[in-house]
Amino acid sequence: MSEELICITCPLGCHLSVDRLGDGNLAVTGNRCPRGVKYANEELLSPKRVVSATAAIVAPGSRAGTLIGGPPGGAPAHGLGDVARLPVRSTAAFPKQDVPELLAAIYALRVEPPVKRGDVLIRDFKGSGVDVIATRTL
Amino acid sequence: MKELNYDSVVIGGGAAGMAAALELDAAGFSCAILEREESLGGILTQCIHNGFGLIEFNEELSGPEFAEKIEERLAGTGIKPFTGVTVMEMDASGEHKTLYCYSGTHGVLRVTSRVVVLAMGCRERNRGNIRIPGDRPAGVYTAGLAQRLVNIEGFVPGKDVVIIGSGDIGLIMARRMSWVGCKVHAVVEILPYPSGLTRNIVQCLHDFGIPLYLSHLTTNIIGKDRVEGVEITPIENGAMQHEKAFTIPCDTVLLSVGLVPENELSKMAGVELNAMTNGPAVDSMLMTNVPGVFACGNVLHVHDLVDYVVEEARRAGAHAARWLKGERPKAEARVKAGPNVRYSAPGRVDLGAVNKLYMRTLIVKNDATLEVKVNNRVVKSVKKNHIQPSEMIALELGPKDLETALGAPEPVVEISIT
Repeated sequence: MSEELICITCPLGCHLSVDRLGDGNLAVTGNRCPRGVKYANEELLSPKRVVSATAAIVAPGSRAGTLIGGPPGGAPAHGLGDVARLPVRSTAAFPKQDVPELLAAIYALRVEPPVKRGDVLIRDFKGSGVDVIATRTL
Repeated sequence: MKELNYDSVVIGGGAAGMAAALELDAAGFSCAILEREESLGGILTQCIHNGFGLIEFNEELSGPEFAEKIEERLAGTGIKPFTGVTVMEMDASGEHKTLYCYSGTHGVLRVTSRVVVLAMGCRERNRGNIRIPGDRPAGVYTAGLAQRLVNIEGFVPGKDVVIIGSGDIGLIMARRMSWVGCKVHAVVEILPYPSGLTRNIVQCLHDFGIPLYLSHLTTNIIGKDRVEGVEITPIENGAMQHEKAFTIPCDTVLLSVGLVPENELSKMAGVELNAMTNGPAVDSMLMTNVPGVFACGNVLHVHDLVDYVVEEARRAGAHAARWLKGERPKAEARVKAGPNVRYSAPGRVDLGAVNKLYMRTLIVKNDATLEVKVNNRVVKSVKKNHIQPSEMIALELGPKDLETALGAPEPVVEISIT
């Protein structure tokens, strides 16, 4: 049975049909250029995503780690309009099936300012070689 | 009232405003940026996802990173950035423009300058703009507002979400809401094709199994105090199929139904708008009909890439500096949007210079041809692999392309796509 995919390497968006062959390789049709084959192989055999999310900030110097922004869905301890979350991202694409685990680790962070853009908050997550960095200076 | 005077003032401290100010400063003119938020960066600070900067920085950055990298260029320049300052009135009738501003820190400010660059960005269209019938419960947000609440302020506005409109902000928010633990039940699009990029359809919807209802209209929002559901009606051959209507229960509705350049100040100053872009009509120097008032970025027309915004803003700043030095276009021709072209910005080209035009098409097509005619004679033809309304097309026209327009009484450059 063929699997259907849309190649997102360029704006053309070729509709790919992919068959899994007995030897573990893929047979790709519908692609207009070789990048379609590369995309299908990556996407079906080892899909990866860049993860961007936000981390909680704790008030500077607060020993109890008072959250400025509560956990997602939790009760906020700050006013409307305040900067309460630190934006973060993975430094590279990360295996798609493990994204929930990485998100949980990001949401468990409690970052105390000052923090600089590019500061590493999680290093080499689970040996993946992927770091999580701050994307804003606060 | 505090009085300030500069050679030039930029309204708006986002990517466009900062890029324009840098050019004015580099040309030796004093320049202030007036920004109403407490920090520079504009809408980029809430766009925490990746994909910005491939052209400008040759790497994929998130919005806040892109904004900070541009902001860092202000260090060591003479640019004076004011944050928390809202411009309330603009009088551009004389040689010196006057801006009246309010600020928590400075009180009332009166800022005068010879040049004003408009870089205020755009606003989201809301429920009223697209007239969705039904109740008026809490829980209806524009996608960008929800984005600010989740990404900056740390409030998650609901649990069960339906997104109306398939613009990129809506798609990005479908993923973001899923990643903070919400269930996104559907994206509903009135058109037969999605408005956002294919990349976002795949990574923001398919990854989470979120259904995309194309050719479907939201015909009712239901709920007494809080949203309880939305009624969706399919459209077939242009007619609503009422008997096939269905309801999706949800507590939150996000609207991603387009952006409108924010031109209240411009209108107050007598700036004429282009009906197709809702932004100022500008000449080849990106100057409005009001001498000394320039425009760039999303206030001029809605862009899809911030890299293009910065490029255009740089030109606006450089043109404004040239204008201050007394330089004017050699001779101009009007640009006409021909078949399948919705608009071109700017709407005029300088026959003696290299012009950069941004345009949008009305059609989706592979192997398209973009054709430029000067007074009905083809002067340039460009092949395009793929075009679609959501992706801006860039075009350069130089003096050689335009030479036949020189000396013509009312030269017209017509751009068409087939």
